[in-house]
Amino acid sequence: MKGIEVFQELAPLLADEAVVLANGFISRECFQVLDRPGNFYMIGSMGLASSIGLGVALAQPERRTLIFDGDGNVLMAMGTLAMIAACAPKNLIHIVIDNEVYESTGSQRTISNVVPLESVALSCGYRQALRVTQRDALKSAYESLCQAEGPGFLLVKVEPGFDPATGRVTHTPEEIRNRFMNSLKV
Amino acid sequence: MLSSKTFIEKLHGHGFDFFTGVPCSLLSGLISSLEESSGYLPSVREDAAVGLCAGAFMAGKQPVLLMQNSGLGYSLNAFTSLNLIYGLPVLVIMSWRGCGGNDAPEHIIMGAVNEKLLATAGMDHDVLTRDNVDALLVQAVDQIKNKKLPYTLLVKKGLFDERH
Repeated sequence: MKGIEVFQELAPLLADEAVVLANGFISRECFQVLDRPGNFYMIGSMGLASSIGLGVALAQPERRTLIFDGDGNVLMAMGTLAMIAACAPKNLIHIVIDNEVYESTGSQRTISNVVPLESVALSCGYRQALRVTQRDALKSAYESLCQAEGPGFLLVKVEPGFDPATGRVTHTPEEIRNRFMNSLKV
Repeated sequence: MLSSKTFIEKLHGHGFDFFTGVPCSLLSGLISSLEESSGYLPSVREDAAVGLCAGAFMAGKQPVLLMQNSGLGYSLNAFTSLNLIYGLPVLVIMSWRGCGGNDAPEHIIMGAVNEKLLATAGMDHDVLTRDNVDALLVQAVDQIKNKKLPYTLLVKKGLFDERH
């Protein structure tokens, strides 16, 4: 499975969730598959998708918040896994697309091939942490996290590699903010 | 000296309703007062606190971030590549360790440059005193509502009651 397939599989299931997307190909691939006002495309500030998502989830506990993160991002901000577990928002699902490389900068390896991030999340105190390696298991894993109390963690192991034709997010940062806030009724 | 409790009440009065940060002894009274009133979320790093406040702001909160000036180093990229480009405001209350060169060695360099770093990055800031607190909080709210940018209040040793 490639990273973009995660969005192809899960995008049809989205409704009014707040979705925070990590920088790099995670934002770009989601933008390509399903651009929606409720998507916050993080174009800089590597490592912070998880803390931004936590802030959204805590401020709007009645709305489900999804974080689409990458292995490099999670490794950079591992302490935020502990914060999410400590705050324990029931409405938060943290999805990590793990390709074991920093794709956007030339596919240098991360260290997630030897560090099982879902075990880290579970040890921190996430209510549930699942690992998926096949596309046909993705939807049911996501749905089981939706049905359970959060915070939930879904590690999706994918192959590195992307379509070089994948565009960049064309909205300006201010447009991204305004669309996102409007979709959250702020 | 400014009472932590009074200052927190003023923040509440101006609509601030989300508090996080990484502690400093100079801010210990403020954090205790928050724990006793509206609540305070301990962040593990200052950049994570910046992200947390950014998310909370977009979802309707008016956030305050407490940190030591040492945390400015950790959070500068978060401010420049998140808050300053998206226009995400936050009130930062930053203790000024190393002010005047009179502190432990680890605080001297940042203490000498934190104002210049903030200015270079285009981040408005002021030094909080007993006498300007009301005026600066009005300015902070204006900055947040109209400019949609972070605003930093620097706190020198002895301004607030410390509890440690």
